[in-house]
Amino acid sequence: MREWGRSLAGTLGAPEWVGQVALMFIGAIGVFLIMALAALAFVWLERKVAGRIQSRYGPNRAGKFGLLQTLADAVKLLLKEDIIPAAADRRLFILAPYIVFIATFAAFVVIPWSGKLYISDLNVGILYLIAMGSFVVVGILMAGWASNNKWSLLGAMRAAAQIVSYEVPVALAILTVIVLAGTMNMREIQEAQSGWIWKWHVFQSPFTFLAFFLYFVGSIAEANRTPFDMPEAEQELTAGFHTEYSGMRWAFFFLAEYGNLLLVSLVAAVLFLGGWNVGIPGVPIPGPIVLAAKAVLLVLLQMWLRWTLPRLRVDQVMAVCWKYLMPLSFGTLIGAGAWRMFFPGAA
Amino acid sequence: MPDVRTEEMVLNMGPQHPSTHGVFRAELVTDGEIVTAVRPHVGYLHRCFEKHAENLSYTGVIPFTDRLDYLASMNQNFGFVLAVEKMLGLEVPERADYIRVIMAELNRMASHLMMVGHMGTDAGAITPILYGFRDREYILDLFEEVSGARLLYNYYRVGGVIADLTPKFVEKTRKFLDYIGPMIDDFDQLLSYNKIFLGRTVGVGILPPEVAINYAVTGPNLRGSGVNWDLRRDEPYSIYPKLSFDVIVGKEGPGVVGDSWNRYWVRVQEIRESAKIVRQALDGLPEGEFIRAPKNVRPPKGADLYHRTETPRGELGYYIISDGTPTPFRVKVRSPGFVHISAIPAFCTNIMVADLVMSMGTLDFVMGEVDR
Repeated sequence: MREWGRSLAGTLGAPEWVGQVALMFIGAIGVFLIMALAALAFVWLERKVAGRIQSRYGPNRAGKFGLLQTLADAVKLLLKEDIIPAAADRRLFILAPYIVFIATFAAFVVIPWSGKLYISDLNVGILYLIAMGSFVVVGILMAGWASNNKWSLLGAMRAAAQIVSYEVPVALAILTVIVLAGTMNMREIQEAQSGWIWKWHVFQSPFTFLAFFLYFVGSIAEANRTPFDMPEAEQELTAGFHTEYSGMRWAFFFLAEYGNLLLVSLVAAVLFLGGWNVGIPGVPIPGPIVLAAKAVLLVLLQMWLRWTLPRLRVDQVMAVCWKYLMPLSFGTLIGAGAWRMFFPGAA
Repeated sequence: MPDVRTEEMVLNMGPQHPSTHGVFRAELVTDGEIVTAVRPHVGYLHRCFEKHAENLSYTGVIPFTDRLDYLASMNQNFGFVLAVEKMLGLEVPERADYIRVIMAELNRMASHLMMVGHMGTDAGAITPILYGFRDREYILDLFEEVSGARLLYNYYRVGGVIADLTPKFVEKTRKFLDYIGPMIDDFDQLLSYNKIFLGRTVGVGILPPEVAINYAVTGPNLRGSGVNWDLRRDEPYSIYPKLSFDVIVGKEGPGVVGDSWNRYWVRVQEIRESAKIVRQALDGLPEGEFIRAPKNVRPPKGADLYHRTETPRGELGYYIISDGTPTPFRVKVRSPGFVHISAIPAFCTNIMVADLVMSMGTLDFVMGEVDR
């Protein structure tokens, strides 16, 4: 990226930092577009998938197959009255959706889409991702507290407990892959999985196989999706921490949620499922498309789970995390280390 | 370190709330996630049914009874006309009797289909209710065929029913009965034995049988607590003595006797039993008149009667006092939902909010009849 910045500045005849900043902006806009378009597409996809699972069509009037439905929803949300409860903490109330959105948005910069297409080549990319994932909690707690609504507060507290707890098995599962790959750099992890399909990390050792499932389940909890959607349990909390939000503010929460879905699926695809590698060497499908396809498949899986399963009660959510996922993820980490010791070639 | 101040939070669940079924307010005192006290508040849907009834003829009251428990209108009608007929000493033609039971049982199926679906929703699985509604649509089509209405039928009259069955109805009903069996199995597969659903309902909201009896809980809630009592078998009316069906009682299986799972499971099985009853009734359907209406519906002066029937919610009782005029002096409705709500504080304290929602959901009350 730095070289591109320099060359761009050179062609324009401007100082080097101008090129850098310009590229940063272009990168940020690019990521925002990816996230926003993905969110729009997933909202449509979710409604269609939900409809079909529930023995009905889903939206099919706004445009062919209801494709314009999300656009119609976006327009409606933009035109909605912006209601801020009178007794709410204004500054926190307004700030909260942005924080949640920024946390998810900022995590996208380290996802490398192909060998050469990436915004940022952080050597500690994974660490940055995990950190950004935790950042969401701050926004959620702010939203719950600032709403001046007991139900929102309850939802926010549940969300905080859940997200923070599930960081542990998720991070440990990711660590398992890092132990195997030997690097935290997302690009290098994907390069290590190039070749045939059994080079993918998920097939490399039984421990990473288990870690994939641990990561997947944990990340569903991180994203507050059913069966872990206690924080937004409609039946109990009306809408949990985003009850009092209307219009565009609410839309930000949802943009963030679907962005989070995509992020989590992308990370799973990058770490475990080979990233931009097709699995058969020599097939000329561009990397970004392969990665996107894998991520979309995982997103579909998450949607399927949402519309099939009931939700776990909050103490059951905690029990699953601390009593089942965490010991298992510690086990996979230790196992991966042992595996690496005995099969040093496998990496 | 100064004492950290922790207080109990008083929360209002309702009257507008996605999961309190109807306009119902539950005042909760919570300590974190644990509910330490529940105080139900009813009356948000009070529409003065009993006062209206004092100014209407006996036939005129019937549409109002529809609107009591609007999910089981046929059963509400049934109870009322049975009470009036008993006061008059009137005997209904046999065909009318069969038709009445067919309608009542079909409505039981429709009501249960909706209720087991929305128990899934209370647990977070949004799909089962749509399956329940899809199957319920067939029943509503049947009702529209015969009474003209989908939800509030005004179908029964003192002396019979207002219109006969059409041949199309009989054929469609038989087709539906064949269809519904595998659909319930589908339902079972999706929800009933799902590990997460079991985790949400087994051992949750246990209503001990003695408490249930003391609070006059009836219907599937009572049977879910293990008490073998069904008015259709134990105090039979209409043609129920001629029909054979099982009374489903809660059992130790995946669930504990008296817990939410058993209350849910009893209803699922009752759908199957109702299908059995409808089939028998269709097979035995005699020819004849569908109504033998009296010239005047005028029970003798001073006569009063309490008659109870088994509706999908429990024991529905009508206490009618007559003063010799064409309008009743007093109609009092003993509504099962009202009684069940009064039992909530008895078994829903010291549980988590999520469990409270589940337990109240399995009680299956409809505010129309609670508030009248």
